[in-house]
Amino acid sequence: MKKVYGSASEALDGLLFDGMLIAAGGFGLCGIPELLIDGIVESGVKDLTVASNNAGVDGFGLGKLLDTRQIRKMMSSYVGENAEFMRQYLSGELELEFNPQGTLAERMRAGGCGIPGFYTKTGVGTVIAEGKEVKSFRGEDYILEEGIFADLSIVKAWKADETGNLVFRKTARNFNPPAAMCGKVCVAEVEEIVPLGSLDPDKIHLPGIYVHRLIQGEHEKRIEQRTVRKREEA
Amino acid sequence: MPWDRNQMAARAAEELEDGMYVNLGIGIPTLVANYVGDKDITLQSENGMLGMGPFPFEGEEDPDLINAGKQTITELRRTSYFDSATSFGMIRGGKIAAAILGAMEVAENGDLANWMIPGKLVKGMGGAMDLVAGVGRVVVVMDHTNKHGDSKVLRECTLPLTGKGVVDRIITNLGVLDVVEGGLKIVETAEGVTEDELRAATEATIV
Repeated sequence: MKKVYGSASEALDGLLFDGMLIAAGGFGLCGIPELLIDGIVESGVKDLTVASNNAGVDGFGLGKLLDTRQIRKMMSSYVGENAEFMRQYLSGELELEFNPQGTLAERMRAGGCGIPGFYTKTGVGTVIAEGKEVKSFRGEDYILEEGIFADLSIVKAWKADETGNLVFRKTARNFNPPAAMCGKVCVAEVEEIVPLGSLDPDKIHLPGIYVHRLIQGEHEKRIEQRTVRKREEA
Repeated sequence: MPWDRNQMAARAAEELEDGMYVNLGIGIPTLVANYVGDKDITLQSENGMLGMGPFPFEGEEDPDLINAGKQTITELRRTSYFDSATSFGMIRGGKIAAAILGAMEVAENGDLANWMIPGKLVKGMGGAMDLVAGVGRVVVVMDHTNKHGDSKVLRECTLPLTGKGVVDRIITNLGVLDVVEGGLKIVETAEGVTEDELRAATEATIV
């Protein structure tokens, strides 16, 4: 089965429809599927619900899909650093569902593992618990959270082989594996597709069973907060 | 004299013991890393890293290596990386010994509010709700009063909660308080601050 495609648009062909739920990997601007986001912008698909920890910044990452008003709802844990997001949210054009970061990650992982719901103590006694079932285990309260079953996952990895086995780099791994797992179809973009057999099977971070389509391309990899120390401090 | 930011961070660093895995929040808690001295502490960054190193030298920034505040950082020889689900698995699972966090309000029953002011721009809770629900010990570091002089150490929180009954210890510019049965207990006061001064700045019940 051929997984490697020539471009983001080719890889997304036939997968997009209005009103769909997309799970996206990345944390801030680190490890985000830049090329596939561009491909979705180009497609013009709209009324999207996007499950992603953050919403990009103005003009970059998911911020591009906000600029074009293709997103109707975000499921996120933190959405600072994006003026257009706030404008649309405050004017009621954009719906926002806050999820605690660990709950969002676990909802994706659970969806990918065929687990429709799980109990967590995160958010007990807060607004997050409103309307959710509370159950006591060993004398402590937990709330019911539901797994996320996305129509499409878009993720970014460092390297892949042509069967879709993925290797991530440093903290760019973040939400990418759970996001990849929870989609009916997952499209991954990587910096390099390497020959079969050149990845150590013991060091695959995400097995290719989760990856259906694959592209390779150049990434901008923008830094959100450049913090450094002076050499004399060493 | 009340403690300044660095003195509060230094006092918070005394909470850490050799061998601990710890998560530090943004702001004063980040400064705690400067005061751990010879203690063998491993810092967790909830975006998927154990063994967080200092900021990189100029020119050595790596866009694939950031902390939970999205700042460029470095790795150490002990560093490991993992995905977000695994990261919060270790947080929720109680594997992280302590979290040191900032706060807007803390109540005498250990309730914590640090993510949302109704009517103001809400950016989100990030990983704070998971951290306070899951880690072994929650230490709050904050100013004792707000800029209007009102106490942030309250009988009950007025702001939406981050966690209910989750705080173990509060370190402020005036001193250190523990959450105990029936209220807060004064552990110590900052040098030159009297117990009366600390009580006067505290709305919560002191037992």
